[in-house]
Amino acid sequence: MKIGVVIFPGANCDADALYAVERIGAEPVELWHAEPDLKGVDAVILPGGFSYGDYLRPGAIARFSKVMRPLEEFARGGGPTLGVCNGFQVLTEARLLPGALLQNMSLRFVCRTVPVRVEHPDTPWSGACVPGEILHLPVAHNEGNYFAAEETIAQLEDEGRVIFRYLENPNGSRNDIAGICNAERNVVGMMPHPERVSDPLLGSEEGLKVLRSVLEFAGAKVH
Amino acid sequence: MSETLRRVRVLVRPKEGILDPQGEAVRRALPALGFGGVGSVHVGRLIELEVEDESQVEDMCRRLLANPTIEEYEWEVIG
Repeated sequence: MKIGVVIFPGANCDADALYAVERIGAEPVELWHAEPDLKGVDAVILPGGFSYGDYLRPGAIARFSKVMRPLEEFARGGGPTLGVCNGFQVLTEARLLPGALLQNMSLRFVCRTVPVRVEHPDTPWSGACVPGEILHLPVAHNEGNYFAAEETIAQLEDEGRVIFRYLENPNGSRNDIAGICNAERNVVGMMPHPERVSDPLLGSEEGLKVLRSVLEFAGAKVH
Repeated sequence: MSETLRRVRVLVRPKEGILDPQGEAVRRALPALGFGGVGSVHVGRLIELEVEDESQVEDMCRRLLANPTIEEYEWEVIG
């Protein structure tokens, strides 16, 4: 299975994501922001970082990169797509996911490991988990405070589209939301970083469960 | 060329009811400096640009300069 990792100028988790893809036994593929080509990948990860320096709003400029045109087509066509941190922000700016990520309630950059509950395993990025499973994942962001109109939040809850939920809310997000999916459930955005806990040398490999899910989803043999 | 350009000022701010932690921090800081009687503070963003065709500004605001999910905007031609 080929998993693409988009590299925007200012991304800083792309190498971690590529490494994590290798760790689950899939083939990592670098996708450069200026090339409108997904190189035949089976799934795409938009990694964290500070694309375009977070100018204007996080993700606002990256959303218009050349790579985004085929990526939007891929995502709208059902292709498994995961946005982590800044990648989540890019997906909301591109309207592939509803809502927006506001500045943290505390006004402080938050950087620590938090417990996150997997609410629904019926997505390509949560299927290797059991419902209610707790993952300990690092967060590192200044704008992670998930916001959407009240009726949108209600819809997300009703349709089981809150995929990851904080047990200890680090940023003030509505309903302790850490990650959501689109109506078709193939596009997932999350603020915590599964790729940063992808090796025992990093303290844990709990994050690999999120990434392994896509292998199971694709019916590929799990490494 | 520049004489055909119009100067436009775009004001972007958090929508009514959207959490504005920057505004709140400024509101809390003002009394500490001795400024009393400040009700609410909102922090927005000012964007000035020169455009050939001002009929495009509305679209620019909607698609890039503001995020309509969380922000409202207004703009005017200033020169």
